[in-house]
Amino acid sequence: MNSESAVETRSLGTRPSRGTRLLRSFRRNWDLYLLISPVIAYFVIFHYIPMYGVQIAFKHFIAAKGIWGSDWAGFVHFERFFESYYFWRLIRNTVLINLYELAVAFPVPIMLALLINEAGNRRFQRFVQTVTYAPHFLSTVVMVGLILMFLDPENGIVNRIIQAFGGEPVSFMTEPEWFKTIYVLSGVWQGMGWSSIIYLAALSGIDPALHEAAKIDGASRLQRIRHINLPGILPTIVILLILNVGSMMNVGFEKIYLMQNSLNIESSDVISTYVYERGILGAEYSFSTAVGLFNSVINCLLLVIVNAVARRVNETSLW
Amino acid sequence: MRETAADRAFGVAVYVILSIVLVIILYPLVFVASASISDPLTVLRGDMWLFPTKISFVGYERIFSNPEILAGYANTILYTVVGTAINLVMTILAAYPLSRRDFAGRQVITWFIVFTMFFSGGLIPSYLLVKDLGLINTMWALILPGAVSVWNIIIMRTFFQTSIPAEVQESAAIDGCSNIQTLLRIVLPLSMPIIAVMVLFYAVGHWNSYFNALIYLNDREKYPLQLFLREILIKSEVDQMAGSMTASTQTYLMETEAIKYAIVIVANLPVLMLYPFLQKYFVKGMLIGAIKG
Repeated sequence: MNSESAVETRSLGTRPSRGTRLLRSFRRNWDLYLLISPVIAYFVIFHYIPMYGVQIAFKHFIAAKGIWGSDWAGFVHFERFFESYYFWRLIRNTVLINLYELAVAFPVPIMLALLINEAGNRRFQRFVQTVTYAPHFLSTVVMVGLILMFLDPENGIVNRIIQAFGGEPVSFMTEPEWFKTIYVLSGVWQGMGWSSIIYLAALSGIDPALHEAAKIDGASRLQRIRHINLPGILPTIVILLILNVGSMMNVGFEKIYLMQNSLNIESSDVISTYVYERGILGAEYSFSTAVGLFNSVINCLLLVIVNAVARRVNETSLW
Repeated sequence: MRETAADRAFGVAVYVILSIVLVIILYPLVFVASASISDPLTVLRGDMWLFPTKISFVGYERIFSNPEILAGYANTILYTVVGTAINLVMTILAAYPLSRRDFAGRQVITWFIVFTMFFSGGLIPSYLLVKDLGLINTMWALILPGAVSVWNIIIMRTFFQTSIPAEVQESAAIDGCSNIQTLLRIVLPLSMPIIAVMVLFYAVGHWNSYFNALIYLNDREKYPLQLFLREILIKSEVDQMAGSMTASTQTYLMETEAIKYAIVIVANLPVLMLYPFLQKYFVKGMLIGAIKG
């Protein structure tokens, strides 16, 4: 701190205006602004410039003319998307996969956390945590590789078990009706331990005195879970639910893309894979940007709506 | 207080259910590990259920004699080291100023950064940008677009705010330390746990990512390991590896299987070895994030 600014600070009689405060902070902490400037440059270049680039959704983008120089097209790309054969299929798959995840993959970590919390033996708790967190660290490629190995119609262990019980082998990866189940259940396998961490943390914050009091009143363990633990982690559940619904239209591209094949495409085609296919592989830049923009706008709307509902109902919200 | 019969039954049920969960999670992992060191014929025939049968390292031999995979491994290590270093520096550069209460404009800057979590230009405008910057087919295309994560900035800022006493920083300033000196000499040495968390978060991310490499790289010499994994595990393109030295289709099939199991182990080896640390630090990071998040 230099002496000049110290004097200035002391001589303040009235609260200075915003502008002078900023100027003073800048003079005193100029090196902090220096530190953060590369980060700001990064966000401008790699996040805000692409946002500016989104306008090609409303243009006939031609690389030689550049983003600004290309001719305006209005909403033709959007119209083409809404009228295309794929539109409803993409929406249906994207929404169904998300609803499926919300119904299955969302509650499992909560139950797992409640169960781990109930297991009295510390070492057993630790062991369960260590094991269940492990699949989180597998890459998407390896995860999908494992799915293919285990579900292989001839050599996969799952089909071998089905056959051992006298069933017919199922060609899981080429049957469209299996796709969403495989996607969601493998996600549960990989993520349930990791997602339970946050609930375990919330559970450890619950006052033990509540449990003691309930025990004295004769509450059973199930009743205590129902009336103490669940309400205790409810705010955490609501926040995560908001985040989940808010990213409803954002299905993980990376895993779906790897699981996709021409036989299950009917059930596995989602907006993000469609954007990749048309945009990067097909070089239809304007059209696929329009599809992507449609997706982000819906996402933003969903987040705002869910957040508003949660605030009204539960007094818990993101902002 | 004595437990009722119902409570005791409930206690037993908890252990039973958790044990089932353990089996479901562990079985595939153990199976792959065992299969990778078993004779591929016994695996294909279904004789191997849990423990290795007839030890054989044929899969590993094929992998380690394949120059492409070794090059991919080296590329991944390079991208992970350089990428993580840049990530870490950028995260600190953002988190430290934002953690300071006397940093005017921090609210505006925070919003400027956080907004990008909720809205983005999307895949195509980002792709066109990388192309215009001339980064296509260079390793910078894998590193620069994700140079820092908003979430990690928030975690680190929270750590600086809650775990490093402001008084220590103020007294350093009175002793004549500039802000940068305070950061380097006082704040960072006290932040080693969170730095470890960040290094691990970012490094695992780089190690496991494939998508940027898929869209931005053209030359096979530059491919990271995950792209070769994709060819082997998902597209089943092992022709040159297994086929070159065998004649019969049966041997070919067997070696293909062996290579698949072995490559999963080889690809995850660093993560497996780091796992004890990973678990400890990752959980810590998650919890710091959760306080604020």
